[in-house]
Amino acid sequence: MTNGTMIKAMGLAAGLALASAGAAMAEFPDRPITLIVPYPAGGGTDIVARTLGAELERELGVSINVVNRAGGGGIVGTTAIAQARPDGYTLGVIASDISLYKPQDLADLSYENLTPIGQTNELPGGVTVKTDAPYADLAELLAAIEASPGQLSATGAPPNANWHVGYVGFMLAAGADPGGVNWVPTQGGTAGHLDVAAGNSTFSTASLVEARALIESGELRPLALSADDRSAAFPDVPTMKELGIDWSYGLWHGVVGPQDLPEDVQARLLEAVENAANSDNFRNTLIERGFTHLWRGGDDFRDFMISDMAAMTEIFEQLGQ
Amino acid sequence: MWENLGAAFWLVADPTTLLTIFVASLFGFVVGALPGLTATMAVALLVPITFLLSPIAAIASIVSAAAMCIAAGDIPGALLRMPGTPASAAYVDDAHALSNRGDAGFVLGSSAFFSMTGGIIGTLVLILASPVLARFALNFSAFEFFWLGCLGLSCAVFVASEDVLKGMASLMIGLLISTVGMDYGTGYPRFTFGTYVLMDGVSFIPALIGMFALPEILRSLVAPGETHRVAQASMREAWTKVFAAARQYWHVALRGSGIGTVLGALPGAGADIASWISFAVAKRFSREPEKWGKGHIEGVIAGNSANNAALAAAWIPAMVFAIPGDTITAIAVGVLYLKGMNPGPTVFINNPDLIYAVFIVFLIANLLLLPFGILSMKVARWILRVPRQLLMPALLLLAVTGAYSIDNSASGILVMLALGIMAYGMESAGLPLAPAVLGIVLGAIVEQNMIMALISSQGNLLAFFSRPISAVLGVVTIIVWTVPLLRMALRQWRRRRAASAE
Repeated sequence: MTNGTMIKAMGLAAGLALASAGAAMAEFPDRPITLIVPYPAGGGTDIVARTLGAELERELGVSINVVNRAGGGGIVGTTAIAQARPDGYTLGVIASDISLYKPQDLADLSYENLTPIGQTNELPGGVTVKTDAPYADLAELLAAIEASPGQLSATGAPPNANWHVGYVGFMLAAGADPGGVNWVPTQGGTAGHLDVAAGNSTFSTASLVEARALIESGELRPLALSADDRSAAFPDVPTMKELGIDWSYGLWHGVVGPQDLPEDVQARLLEAVENAANSDNFRNTLIERGFTHLWRGGDDFRDFMISDMAAMTEIFEQLGQ
Repeated sequence: MWENLGAAFWLVADPTTLLTIFVASLFGFVVGALPGLTATMAVALLVPITFLLSPIAAIASIVSAAAMCIAAGDIPGALLRMPGTPASAAYVDDAHALSNRGDAGFVLGSSAFFSMTGGIIGTLVLILASPVLARFALNFSAFEFFWLGCLGLSCAVFVASEDVLKGMASLMIGLLISTVGMDYGTGYPRFTFGTYVLMDGVSFIPALIGMFALPEILRSLVAPGETHRVAQASMREAWTKVFAAARQYWHVALRGSGIGTVLGALPGAGADIASWISFAVAKRFSREPEKWGKGHIEGVIAGNSANNAALAAAWIPAMVFAIPGDTITAIAVGVLYLKGMNPGPTVFINNPDLIYAVFIVFLIANLLLLPFGILSMKVARWILRVPRQLLMPALLLLAVTGAYSIDNSASGILVMLALGIMAYGMESAGLPLAPAVLGIVLGAIVEQNMIMALISSQGNLLAFFSRPISAVLGVVTIIVWTVPLLRMALRQWRRRRAASAE
């Protein structure tokens, strides 16, 4: 082989390498993906994102960087997702708060600013009282509320946030006046359960999952679950629907991207997130914590977010009257 | 029990677990020593790694990183007057003054030694009294936390130097800053200038970095000539002083550990507040109050023993009721679930060997603080040798990075700069910074719990005294507030009587 052919051969090899690199560039993804969590590390959304991220890494073959951008009730981080470059390399895990911003004029931010990829789970609320409370069941609690308006108090979230909305919906569905009970604001569901355990508020509408250890140790007693079906973690707790109250409400989490994600990227992400969300590891971790595992992909997820925001808008309209 | 203890011992003696403890400690050391990076951040960064570890190694990594991080937070505080974690902010002035005098080794040695003492006492309480203390902590509702916050605020009088009036002014500035953000009762944004960035209030870590580090940097710009460096005492000399301090102030360390343990076990108080309250109580009962603020070791001992004790005690409600007392245990509870060790009363029955193993890990992690303390003294010598004109730009870079990294957002840098310039102005006017920091830490706690309490009692003020613990705390608070005033009035009355008798 002369020097000339050597150089040609090398050039050819380099050209081939470039061509294959070009093909790989077209193949999404070829570099790390950032997964924004609009809430602090260690919270429910964060656990979902980090567990899913580990599975997603396996599915996509690139590393997933989970970044917490907490603040403003999730608005800061969700805005960051919505404003990211729509190339699929910046995604986010959001929570049900997204349906609350627009109806309350907190921010001009809703599902319309995002590309839905898939909903991964739900966390149903409930009604929990102190173990020695004089209410044997939900009907007795509702009767007590009716008998002494303004005397009892409920808790579980800041005003107009998740579990408060769940509370308002439950009261309206039960035909009771939401204003007939004091809403005691707490920072998060656990703090709400704690307030009930301390003997301060009468009941909490936050998730039973957040009350699990307190229920097991006999401090709290669950009266109802606000879901369509009973929970495997609490098989003895009846749903509100069983008790004749047509209401179910839960927090949910899902993966989204910025608006206008290219179709091929969307399709690839949908496939990967669906596999990750249905993996044994992800499913078991969620069920172990008491979340309800649930998958709604792409357009199903969008339809769900549309109906969720409509329901929230209705609740705030009724509250405003 | 002995059977479980034996099983637990073998779980911990596993080489991977021991290696994890060591590596996590080293990691916590580096994160804690970098100003602006907190123990919470160190633990959050560990979460993806814990997926790969055995349950015990996963918990061990969190426990060791957090304990080391809080202790190492004293290094930048002492050397650069830039507290590495909010828990170190209470005694940063004393620590810095000591190291300016050539006693950096003494401060860091004491920090390591008394952090260890506090951590071990907190762990022993965790082992022996978890269920009892957790049950007690469950009695705390908004009413009790309101009074606790008020008691904490009265510490401002003690942490402020001689001039009480200036201390009060500084506290008010801090309280004003703490009102920024979403109103707790109505969800209405206050003083946010229409941006989402301020909706959760002024971000605490950037504020802290700005208030302590920026004035230092600005001063070095204004007066570049002041670069006198003091010869540092030798390692042997430093340890001699540490043990002398241990003999002299053992009661301060014990009291600090006690305060830290109780406050740590209350969900919602935590290591930062424990450190402040312990500092203030120690100063109130100190035999040499005139030395404080000018480089006195007593405050460093009080703060250190309290914050590490609180760190261990925060696991009490977390383990027994899955109620996290601070952000670190919040993350830890998540990891416990992931590892199938669901916290709650059943974990003590179902997995006693795992629980004992966690306790052993706590002891090892706290014992490791001492050798790492020696390492920090070595690092200190090296940092102190860097010329000031090289150190300050690096410090500014660190301050900016730290302020940015807390929320991955440039708004943190703006908060850092704004509060830094404010703090520079305050110090120029002779206002102490510590009460303002206390105001920022406690303002939200006092306000939120007061609103919560008032809403649930429907405005009935007597409700603040109708629960037993709340009544006791309320009476103590009122005594603390009124006794100095009564004493002052009595003194004036006596003086006037003496004058009229003449």
